[in-house]
Amino acid sequence: MNIVVCVKPVPDPEQYDKLRLDPVTKRLVREGIDSIVNPTDKNALEAGLALRDKFGGKVIVVAMCPDFNAPQIKECLAMGADEAYILSDRAFGGADTFATSYTLVQGFKKIGIEADIVLGGNESADGATSQMISQIGEWMELPHVSNIIEMEVEDGVAKVKKKTPNGYVAYEVELPAVIGIARGANKPRMVTAMGVIKSKNKPLTIYGKADLDVDEKYIGLPGSPTQPGSFIEPDMARAGVKIEGEPEEIADKIIDVIKKSGYQL
Amino acid sequence: MNVHFTEEQKMLQQAFREFAEEYLAPNAAKWDEDHSCPTELFPLVGELGVLGIFVPEEYGGVGLGHVERIIAMEEFGRVSAGFTTFLFAHQLAVGGMNDFGTEEQKKQYLPGMCDGTAIWSLAVTEPGGGTDLYNHKVTAEKDGDDYILNGRKCFLTNSHNCDYCIVTAKTGTDAKGRNVLSAFIVPMDNEGIKPGRLENKSGMRGSLTGDMILTNCRVPASAMLGKDGQGAQIALKEIGEIGRASMSAICVGIMKACIEEGVKFANDRIIYGKPLAKIQAIQWHIAEMRLNYEIGRALIYRAACYKDEGQATTLWNGMAKLFATRAAVESAQHCIELMGGYGVITEYPVDRYMRDALAAISPGGTNEVHKMVIAADTLKTFA
Repeated sequence: MNIVVCVKPVPDPEQYDKLRLDPVTKRLVREGIDSIVNPTDKNALEAGLALRDKFGGKVIVVAMCPDFNAPQIKECLAMGADEAYILSDRAFGGADTFATSYTLVQGFKKIGIEADIVLGGNESADGATSQMISQIGEWMELPHVSNIIEMEVEDGVAKVKKKTPNGYVAYEVELPAVIGIARGANKPRMVTAMGVIKSKNKPLTIYGKADLDVDEKYIGLPGSPTQPGSFIEPDMARAGVKIEGEPEEIADKIIDVIKKSGYQL
Repeated sequence: MNVHFTEEQKMLQQAFREFAEEYLAPNAAKWDEDHSCPTELFPLVGELGVLGIFVPEEYGGVGLGHVERIIAMEEFGRVSAGFTTFLFAHQLAVGGMNDFGTEEQKKQYLPGMCDGTAIWSLAVTEPGGGTDLYNHKVTAEKDGDDYILNGRKCFLTNSHNCDYCIVTAKTGTDAKGRNVLSAFIVPMDNEGIKPGRLENKSGMRGSLTGDMILTNCRVPASAMLGKDGQGAQIALKEIGEIGRASMSAICVGIMKACIEEGVKFANDRIIYGKPLAKIQAIQWHIAEMRLNYEIGRALIYRAACYKDEGQATTLWNGMAKLFATRAAVESAQHCIELMGGYGVITEYPVDRYMRDALAAISPGGTNEVHKMVIAADTLKTFA
């Protein structure tokens, strides 16, 4: 069984207090913040590894990210993936989900994968759009379903449960298909010392724009239909106002301030 | 010696840190309070690869070295010194088996020691003392093809939760009348061995330490580890190279935890309208803790590198342990002083760090013993 798992390195959510937006490029400034494998992508990887353990075959990790994120992709190899590919090029930078999903699918073509199943985390910890799975499915013209909390594969069909606000909906999806795994769907296996050693000998290939057959209109920031508009950073500064006078006078002034702020008393 | 971790070592460090955060951090305070040892996590640590990290793959280990082992001890020690003591006490026996076991013994025992199937301990210290090996009282008398062990061991970690115990015992005397010690593998289902008193330690709780009582404990001659008379060598090598190094690494972990706790508190606590961290007197505490941590770290990894290179490590492990145990106590005190009253409130972990650091001083050789070793080497090297 050929299992493709899409992975995204994201800023460590534990360090979100250090994140800021560049006012000019309107993109996240990631300097000084550690990257981790997107937590939900680890659930997707675990689902893929479990399928491989059951049916045989291989798990191929594909990520579109800067090459300095290689340690996060190597972590996926240490978890048990068989090979990994990084699609890295400055021209891919600033891509929205449309451009990213296109680039990933072109990457699959370059790698020459006949995937039986494509998995990914339901959403990323930074963007959290939850759009990638359906967009990859559309580019590949394959059935796709997201937010999956349980999955069983039998006779070329994935029997899945899609989480809903009130429970779940069960689907049977003919493979090949693209499936988004929800957080909590499983417990990702830990990276072991032996896994780290084995990862050294597993192939990690980096492809740039020149290696892929890509249409310039669909890649990077220029190829992204979603463009950031204006953004406002809330002013978190607080200043005290000293109100002087007799107690009753002060109370009246406070009531005035509250009323002027729009609160009904 | 490389001052930087390799890419592989960085990945291991991250894996060990994540394990510590997920499995140890949530319960470390509880194990300390209950004085309990979470043996249920032992197979998981085996799966992680830490128990036999330095054991060759052919015997079920990972085939790495002692730098990697120390990385694990530091990361685990940062979160739970007690749990880490439980692990390295087992590794004393792993080291003994790996270094001195026969091919048959290694094949029989090492896989289970590495994957966490069986918990081991090493029983050397006796009520009369730990360092004074040649006056130990536990005996092993030859009886046909067997040995019969009698006596009492004390202060051994994993006394009450081990499946096997390696026991050193007197098998004779040399020409100078000194004890000849040998080591024996004793399974705990042998009716002649049983745990005795369980000590109530002030620190390193999360591991169990106590006595081991041997009463006409009959073992076959094939249970001897190493050769007849190698018991002292086994004890000194494993306690000196694995025990001391582990204790030092745990203390470095404690020092890191003190820095993290101190920095967090100093940044969060507002006094005179600004964070505590802005006050120079507080920064001095931070600086001292950082200095302690970095020096301790430099020493333990240097000693571990020497061990992996096959060089003698007695001096370096002695210096590392002397410094790291002292510095960990000092760092915990800095952290407590920095935090004021909160430093001794048990809701914060610093009181545990202090007790753990104090408990690390004596095991594996007191500071006075290390000073003797350091002085002897210095008088010779610098003469």
